[in-house]
Amino acid sequence: MTDVGRRLAVSSAAFGGLAFVAVLVAPLIGTTSIDFRRVFDGSVPFADNVDAQIFFIARLPRALAGAMVGATLAAAGVVFQALLRNPLATPFTLGVSAGSALGAMLAITLRLHLSLWGVSAVTAASFVGSIGAVAIVYAMARARHRGFSTNILLLAGVTLNAFFSALILFVQYLADSAEALRTMRWLMGDLDIAGYGPLLAALPLCAAAFVAFAWLPRPLNLLSLDTDAAASRGVDVLRVQRVAFFSASMATGAAVSLGGPIGFIGIIVPHLVRLMVGSDHRVVLPASALFGAAFLVATDVVARTAMAPVELPVGIITALIGGPFFLWLLIRQR
Amino acid sequence: MKAGTGDWGLGTGASARGARFVTALATLVLFLHGAPGLQPRGHAAAQAPRPPARIVSLVPSATEMLFAMGAGSRVAGVSSFDRFPPEVQRLPKVGALVDPDVERILSLRPDLVIAYASQGDFLAQLERAHVPVYVYRHGSLPDITAVMRDLGTRIGMPAEAARAAAEIDRGLLEVRASVAGKTRPRTLLVIGREPQSLRAISVSGGYGFLHDLLDLAGGSNVFADVKRESMMVTTETILARSPEAIVELHYSDRASPSEEAQERKAWALLPGVPAVRNGRIHLLYGGALVVPGPRVVLTARAFARALHGDAARQR
Repeated sequence: MTDVGRRLAVSSAAFGGLAFVAVLVAPLIGTTSIDFRRVFDGSVPFADNVDAQIFFIARLPRALAGAMVGATLAAAGVVFQALLRNPLATPFTLGVSAGSALGAMLAITLRLHLSLWGVSAVTAASFVGSIGAVAIVYAMARARHRGFSTNILLLAGVTLNAFFSALILFVQYLADSAEALRTMRWLMGDLDIAGYGPLLAALPLCAAAFVAFAWLPRPLNLLSLDTDAAASRGVDVLRVQRVAFFSASMATGAAVSLGGPIGFIGIIVPHLVRLMVGSDHRVVLPASALFGAAFLVATDVVARTAMAPVELPVGIITALIGGPFFLWLLIRQR
Repeated sequence: MKAGTGDWGLGTGASARGARFVTALATLVLFLHGAPGLQPRGHAAAQAPRPPARIVSLVPSATEMLFAMGAGSRVAGVSSFDRFPPEVQRLPKVGALVDPDVERILSLRPDLVIAYASQGDFLAQLERAHVPVYVYRHGSLPDITAVMRDLGTRIGMPAEAARAAAEIDRGLLEVRASVAGKTRPRTLLVIGREPQSLRAISVSGGYGFLHDLLDLAGGSNVFADVKRESMMVTTETILARSPEAIVELHYSDRASPSEEAQERKAWALLPGVPAVRNGRIHLLYGGALVVPGPRVVLTARAFARALHGDAARQR
């Protein structure tokens, strides 16, 4: 136990430091050179202080959104991999992102006009879509079993993913070209949230999920080996599975509605972290969250500066960096 | 900008026979429905090219050009995105860029199909069916009247096309003259974004007919240095380029006042942008805004009115 405590302390310090530095440094980098003395100069009214606006409206919320989405997707990835006992599981495996994308797509195509507390119709609809997907998959997993079949969960999720993807393509096909382009852009992920409204809207769900995540590592350790063995050691298996499923799904839904379905974070970050700190969830979960935050904030800096003034979709950058890296990991592990 | 010449190709035996069979079947179906105006195809296509009388246009801007030059009665089918002029509502819709309905197009017995250069497979299919094609290429503002004249020549109406093109040129020149000598506000031309928020903002770069129209209507595009027709930009770049005016295109025909107010309010997130501070955010509505056809004159006038007010009209 002391060994775990030590590894937890070391990894938290290292990855936490990395995430902290990323969030701190990212707003300093940008395509425009701004005068930092002027940014924090209180004597200039904010409305006239373009430097401060670039820092506080364009860059800082973006870095914070990157940290939140990155941490959430990476942690949810760890939870799903343990819950499904499948190293290839991602936060998007069970159809949450496809449901979310379908919601966003419908909002864009039907030109929904309603906005609540600074959250646009597209964001709201994508969250509703993710809830719908979670509900369907959960109902499927419960339908034929008194317990909670992770096999059915996995199959239902994969099927739902395919079904929703077909619906997305169908909606996109019927939409006119401008809308089709916009929906395609949404699928590539985007953290330019311009302000703090969307961040605050997603925060409560992510925070609640992380409270659940704090309780999960120990039972997940037992569960990821064998459910029967876990049950014999006093773990309430069904309860753990349910908490893991709902917390990770809700957090994923919130993250996707904030930044779009940004790929690869949820799969490469947990595996990379496991390579460095071992497979104990008490260490892997917090370390993945912190590293996920740092990774997404850093890739987003690349997305917004590499081809400036044209913005690159961040989901493309994470996949371009994450894809080859993950393949390399797979080869190395064999 | 160049007319395609698919009408002389011989095609391979089997596919040509197949196409002929389809055409024959289509002819039969049309006869059973008593379709008017059918002429025997025979080998007419191999003789001196006659002006086409049954044109299928997959390109909305080309459709508008045909109507503008007085060839509207010869249009036999249009793309599923065609909305203008109102006469097209009654014409058969035959798909569009990614989904041309070949069967339906052949059944209309066209003697000219206007298609995009990027529709390679579809163009090959038409060639196998011995259907003449006119390949449309999308360009910038000067290309619009050039294409129009070229298309007019292709369908045997060069004089009419030249007259219609000259009218467009005259209209554009009038707009240019009306804003001559006025200060040119640095303008952000937004061509799309997520509703009610400043997310996924796409703007016009320094290339294409929209950029050209803005330039002509007395606006200086803040992204003129980027030679792209459209691009995504960050809120940071918009703050940094500090446009004095924002012209935003919405392709629906009209919005309710509350919707319009909501869309305008979305920009309040960026109070440092001069256009936002001075309330110079102009929302323009209408399907004409995306069509690089004869109605660009209307778009130019709308831009000029937005940027320079009614003074632009009086001059």
